[in-house]
Amino acid sequence: MLLTREEEAILAGEHGEVPERMLRLLVRLGEIYKADKMIPVSSAQVAGVSYKSIGDPGLEFLEDIAGKGARVSVLTFLNPAGMDIESWKELGFPEDFVEKQLRIIEAFKKMGIVISATCTPYLSGNLPRFREHVAWSESSAVSFANSVLGARTNREGGPSALAAAILGRTPNYGFHLDENRKPDMHVAVNVELRTDADFGALGYFVGKIVKDRVPYFTGIKHAGVDSLKALGAAMAASGAVALYHAHGLTPEAKDYSPEGLDTISFGEKELTETYQNLNSGEEPDILILGCPHSSLNEIRTVAMLVEGKRLRKPMWVCTSRAVKELAIRMGYDEIIRSAGGKIVADTCTVVAPVEEMGFKTIAVNSGKAANYLPGFCKARVIFGDTEGLIRRVIE
Amino acid sequence: MIMQGRGISPGIVEGTAIVSKSPLSFYGGIDPKTGIVIEKGHELEGKCVSGKILVFPNGKGSTVGSYVIYGLKKYGKEPLAIINQKMETIVATGVILAGIPAVDSVEISRITEGAVLRVDGTKGTVEIVE
Repeated sequence: MLLTREEEAILAGEHGEVPERMLRLLVRLGEIYKADKMIPVSSAQVAGVSYKSIGDPGLEFLEDIAGKGARVSVLTFLNPAGMDIESWKELGFPEDFVEKQLRIIEAFKKMGIVISATCTPYLSGNLPRFREHVAWSESSAVSFANSVLGARTNREGGPSALAAAILGRTPNYGFHLDENRKPDMHVAVNVELRTDADFGALGYFVGKIVKDRVPYFTGIKHAGVDSLKALGAAMAASGAVALYHAHGLTPEAKDYSPEGLDTISFGEKELTETYQNLNSGEEPDILILGCPHSSLNEIRTVAMLVEGKRLRKPMWVCTSRAVKELAIRMGYDEIIRSAGGKIVADTCTVVAPVEEMGFKTIAVNSGKAANYLPGFCKARVIFGDTEGLIRRVIE
Repeated sequence: MIMQGRGISPGIVEGTAIVSKSPLSFYGGIDPKTGIVIEKGHELEGKCVSGKILVFPNGKGSTVGSYVIYGLKKYGKEPLAIINQKMETIVATGVILAGIPAVDSVEISRITEGAVLRVDGTKGTVEIVE
């Protein structure tokens, strides 16, 4: 790998221990994946935040490097934490968990990382442009950045994203290169996708089959940002899809054609079967929306559905702190609270210790959440669209 | 005999090999405070990797494993060095963050339990001393 004089000096330890280790990490990863050089990144997004995911080993590592002076050099956003950083008490998060989680947050803050605590950085102030190189780690955000925005990032791990954030560089391989952005699987959609949950179901189905390949979708007639967010998130969870193209919808799709690629079909039958596969519960203990984090528009929709009604079960609408602020200003928060629900910021279903909080069957509108909940939270799942799920729990 | 592999993390050490023929998970697989392998049914279960040269084909399991390797070093329970057949990113990330010498791409089947090895993580070599 070709290194600049400055990079050689960092590796020789001239800038201190933390930059030396961090660059060594990026260079070795670059060598493993045959990168030719390091390239600058304009933003980073760091996962591995919940105490539930990283435990004491992660906490200690982060406190150590923050204490040794590690600071980020580019705009860096943080993935969701394991709890709402402000209303954890009201929501009943366990105290020992809270103490450790707050120490993790503090270490990130000390490094200069924005405590955005969201999996949708592009909805709250970290928005790369077309062809911009970034180093993001949250799998659904990686998919959105690559596919919907046309920015370029690999699926970074927590430490490699942190290293890129500190050094402002990433090894040049994978999705940073044109040749790896070509589609290698064709997905023909032969059914009308009516709700974002339908997009989640499609993503779940396709991810299982294509794994880490690059699918090219045809036959999707309309898709808003929220639908594409749901599609990419589910595909990145059931498979490891970091980039997809959708004819007429995503910016790089016009550069490629599905001709000659292996084709999989997704019709009424596949859609119905996917719903069946993802449903393992009968009666929900809680309804959790917002995986990935809800946009303001999704929260508005929820508010309109519950306005003047009462819910018989708890409902969380997960989002970022930034979007929650607007929801409060617009009165959506008040409407949802009056109905018995809560807008929960900074965290989500997947990384919160929901199993310790007594929720055994969880209703979700997300293909990603439906994929992870049985394993991560030992929960049974009810998967459906937002409106249907809310009607189910209205008194 | 000297085997030429690939240096993943620099440093030169000499020590005794502890060898596993099966992949190893660090998260939930090794206790960072004691250095003892705790994965149920693993061939190294109950054995301590501290101060030894830990040889196994490749890592597996959660990416938090990188932080566990860092934790081993922090608690002074780290192996002297790690040798893999093929080092995946979890172990590579861990040894680099922790500063534990490591080499991969060597034929680990030639290394027997208790062999004395000299590992050069800078040059990427493993010498079987005896």
